[in-house]
Amino acid sequence: MGIQTNNSIVKWIEYRLPVFSTLNHSLIDYPTPRNLNYWYNFGSLAGVCLVVQIITGIVLAMHYTPHASMAFDSTEHIMRDVNYGWLLRYIHANGASMFFLVVYIHIFRGLYYGSYKMPRELLWWLGIVILLLMMATAFMGYVLPWGQMSFWGATVITNLFSAIPLVGTPIVEWLWGGFAVGNATLSRFYSLHYLLPFVIVGLVMLHLLALHQHKSNNPLGIDIKGPQDTIPFHPYYTAKDLFGLGVFAIVFAGFVFFAPNYLGHPDNYIEANPLVTPAHIVPEWYLLPFYAILRSIPDKFLGVVAMFASIFVLFLLPWLDTSRVRSATFRPIYKQVFWLLLICCVALGWVGANPPEGIYLVVGRIATTFYFLFFLVLMPLIGWFERPRPLPESIGASVAKTGGGAPADAHAKPEGRV
Amino acid sequence: MAQGKHGQPQGASRRDFLYIAAGGLGAVGAGAFAWPFIHQMNPSKDVLALSSIEVDISKITEGQTITVSWRGKPVFIRHRTKAEIDAARAVQLGELPDPQPDDARVRAKDRPQWLILVGVCTHLGCVPLNNQGEYGGWFCPCHGSHYDTSGRIRKGPAPANLEVPSYEFLGDNAVRIG
Repeated sequence: MGIQTNNSIVKWIEYRLPVFSTLNHSLIDYPTPRNLNYWYNFGSLAGVCLVVQIITGIVLAMHYTPHASMAFDSTEHIMRDVNYGWLLRYIHANGASMFFLVVYIHIFRGLYYGSYKMPRELLWWLGIVILLLMMATAFMGYVLPWGQMSFWGATVITNLFSAIPLVGTPIVEWLWGGFAVGNATLSRFYSLHYLLPFVIVGLVMLHLLALHQHKSNNPLGIDIKGPQDTIPFHPYYTAKDLFGLGVFAIVFAGFVFFAPNYLGHPDNYIEANPLVTPAHIVPEWYLLPFYAILRSIPDKFLGVVAMFASIFVLFLLPWLDTSRVRSATFRPIYKQVFWLLLICCVALGWVGANPPEGIYLVVGRIATTFYFLFFLVLMPLIGWFERPRPLPESIGASVAKTGGGAPADAHAKPEGRV
Repeated sequence: MAQGKHGQPQGASRRDFLYIAAGGLGAVGAGAFAWPFIHQMNPSKDVLALSSIEVDISKITEGQTITVSWRGKPVFIRHRTKAEIDAARAVQLGELPDPQPDDARVRAKDRPQWLILVGVCTHLGCVPLNNQGEYGGWFCPCHGSHYDTSGRIRKGPAPANLEVPSYEFLGDNAVRIG
């Protein structure tokens, strides 16, 4: 784990503060399963998204004014007057969407390859907490421009808490700092929107600490049995992650430069008016599936409960899944219901974007039912009666058979190749 | 020394080239990405739009100084008396820490009575007090710099004369600063 160097300054620092060996341990020599595919890029991409959001956010905060009578104008000031303000704001706004896109893929990857199972339960939990904080942060960030969607989104989401029996109304008024969404609400949302990303950074550190304890899962879902199963993180996965980052940056830039408002809503370019609700209000796309679950239930309190339950059920996943095999690759039945779940989540998103009536309501209710059926019934049952396909004896043996991956001596001396 | 594809030694390998090309392009990309984040702190367009002002000077009587705000800074407009102009012109340039003749301090040669200065001490940015100090011009209360009736530093820690902004007269009654 130590590092070899003749540089006396590095040695001097290392003796007192082991930063170099820590970096070396977690980013360079870090042993990584040699069979990770491109779905494993999305963890580092999520990290990049978080950093991009924080940097652009800090910069936007230099020009934004969190006051009900100035917030909308200061947003337009950023768009028109501030040097590259349009670029920074579009990166930040679309960056939130990119962040969720990446994180959702990251989550479904974990779901497919069984990355939540023993011994990675806390790693999974930390991820869910990060997701919850991301939702809170994104929601509060969307309120800041103080457009019509900001205002009414804030009104609707905070009113979710009014569903709590007895204390609902006092809690909502406490959240608002008044009797409706107003300046006090905006100020506290701004403060928390600045704070929470740094809480997320802390949780990401813990997420990585938990990850490095038992190393990454892999597409085969079997444990690392020895050095023949791993390759060093650098240069193999640094290069792979950077390549993926390049592709991701093209998609990101495509939105920022060619369709910066595609994922937004035009009503948010109308200043907030507490007296008029827009005809059709929807949350941002990344919250639509949860919004659809909320609206599928014809009871206010139970709708809110179902919506929160749809996320909290994920905490139970490591125990709801009774299969001893991690990867869906070897689980013929689970694999099929996994894709059904994905389709169901996309359908919920589509339903959430449309008015709660007719076919949308029917589809929404079917998808909501399937969502909970999947986690609470299918997962435990399939684990019992499914007969998994035989697992390969090791990662190394599997890679050698297919002829892919790095050369056999890669881990021993990566510098040996010129 | 790196070996070429066929075993012959080479000064620089393809890999060296790739490292330098990729690193160089990466540095350019990082710089291009960083620029908007740096430039956003420069004055924004609404600030730049306020970079010139027009001032009515018809009401300023001889011997009077007014202070106007230009780009967030005070600008002194002084209608100098004959005595003040003469005093400023009588000084030997050799006596001055920052030698400048009085007519170089006045942009309109035919209007030597109008002295227009940025009212920011060249020491550390305080606003000097009008009609004070040992030379009848300005005195900076922060660290004791004395300026004369031409706004030139005469005594104290300030290194340079008060700055003369760019301006032009719009007839006899108005001046545009900036």
